Amino acid sequence: MSEVLIAGKAVQVNEEGYLTDMEQWDEAVACEIAEELNIVLGPKHMEVIHYLRQQCQTGKTLNIRRIGKSGVVDIKSFYKLFPGGPLKNASKIAGIPKPASCI
Amino acid sequence: MKKLVILGAGTAGTMMLNKLYKKLPKQEWEIIIIDKDPNHYYQPGFLFVPFGIYSKEEIVKPKAKFFPKGIQAIWDEVEKVGPKEQRVYLKSHPPIDYDLLLIATGCTPDPEETPGLQGKYWQKDIFSFYDYEGACLLADRLAEWEGGELVINIADMPIKCPPAPLEFAFLAEAFFTEKGLRDKVNVTFVTPMSGAFTKPVASRMLEGLLSERNIKVEADFYLERVDNDKKCIVSYDDREIPFDLLVTIPVNKGATLVGDSDLGDDDLHYAETDKETLQSKKYPNIFVLGDATDLPASKAGAVAHFEGEVLTDNIMDFLAGRPLSARFDGHSNCFIETGYGKASVIDFNYDVQPLPGKFPIPGIGPLSLLGITRINHWGKLAFKWAYWNMLLKGRSFPISTHMSMAGKKREEELEEA
Repeated sequence: MSEVLIAGKAVQVNEEGYLTDMEQWDEAVACEIAEELNIVLGPKHMEVIHYLRQQCQTGKTLNIRRIGKSGVVDIKSFYKLFPGGPLKNASKIAGIPKPASCI
Repeated sequence: MKKLVILGAGTAGTMMLNKLYKKLPKQEWEIIIIDKDPNHYYQPGFLFVPFGIYSKEEIVKPKAKFFPKGIQAIWDEVEKVGPKEQRVYLKSHPPIDYDLLLIATGCTPDPEETPGLQGKYWQKDIFSFYDYEGACLLADRLAEWEGGELVINIADMPIKCPPAPLEFAFLAEAFFTEKGLRDKVNVTFVTPMSGAFTKPVASRMLEGLLSERNIKVEADFYLERVDNDKKCIVSYDDREIPFDLLVTIPVNKGATLVGDSDLGDDDLHYAETDKETLQSKKYPNIFVLGDATDLPASKAGAVAHFEGEVLTDNIMDFLAGRPLSARFDGHSNCFIETGYGKASVIDFNYDVQPLPGKFPIPGIGPLSLLGITRINHWGKLAFKWAYWNMLLKGRSFPISTHMSMAGKKREEELEEA
């Protein structure tokens, strides 16, 4: 774990660059993390990111299927918004933990 | 007489039956257990069946053999729970009222969730080893298979026994090497996760195995469908991976009755459960354990075992009208077969990722956490005896319910090293 400056703000991140405290997040932090992933955030991205944060706060395990059925975004569009690995990239931008299995 | 009804006589349900039978006063409580299948399968054995390591006969026993004497078992399908009227509705029996309900209905792979999965290649060149029949059919196919593209694909998370697909890849690689066929087989591990390993320390310690064994990994692949004409799997971002033999881990779902009974989500049917007390979030006289919950813990027998200890205490508190005192910390541990007679072991909880060290006796072992050793493999094989003779009967293991840091190297120590 280390402290880094993102969008002028000191935040704690883990070794993979995920925020360790989702309360240190704001939209400016999101934009800068997104930039590193070559993603320019628009309103749809933000809608998805806020949904993920809200789900995370309720303690729910996120998976792509649930997001696809949420009515917020379908799976194909989710991939288009966050190319490559939508859940891991969107989670990083949303300041929430990386989705992980047990190992 | 008050009634305790247990839904599901798998690992979790049978274990709780044995624990509560000893705890509840017999003159006050009648215990009824309900399951649709009278056979108990040693599910960790499904991994070994395809490679001929376990015979079919070794992993099936009658469920009733593990029940205390005098227990009423009903072999029937549960259609629905009526939590308000405290009643369980069955397919072929009259409804049963309960005072306390325990849900241990597990989770099951559902190949129907993926278009094309059960097409013309189903159980010819596409197999799931997560059930008895599938594991046996795959054993027959692997025995005669002459090589090609072997693809192992996890359709979606969460799944039962999360390391099993990777263990399958390691065992398959070793199986074909030992058969002298390795140069004719490409092994590809396809996962919706960010990699075969997702936890930083485990990744650092074990990831090298994949390149060493020449197992390709295709990550962030979220399965949309199987294209039976092109004989490939297709992801939502239109990646195609051709296969000659596909070992699929289909979408896992909880029991339909959970979704139909206002107990949890109506999509994947996992029961909404307090992650520390194991009480249903909806009804106080319903408790849930094992794979049936929506906890952010692994779906595994070890988890059910540790939950069982917590749940027994909390149920006794609940019946006495006390606040629930026991807390589950997400403790899990499991063996990970790595092929060639060796295995690794992991031990972790909600907050602590798998770390290296000695287990279960700190400093001594004999098991090596995140190590790859023969003793770990023997531990996995010996576990079968412990499962049938200790775990199902609700006996205690010499491993604490809550995860212990003793014997583990802390993350900070690893960073300094």
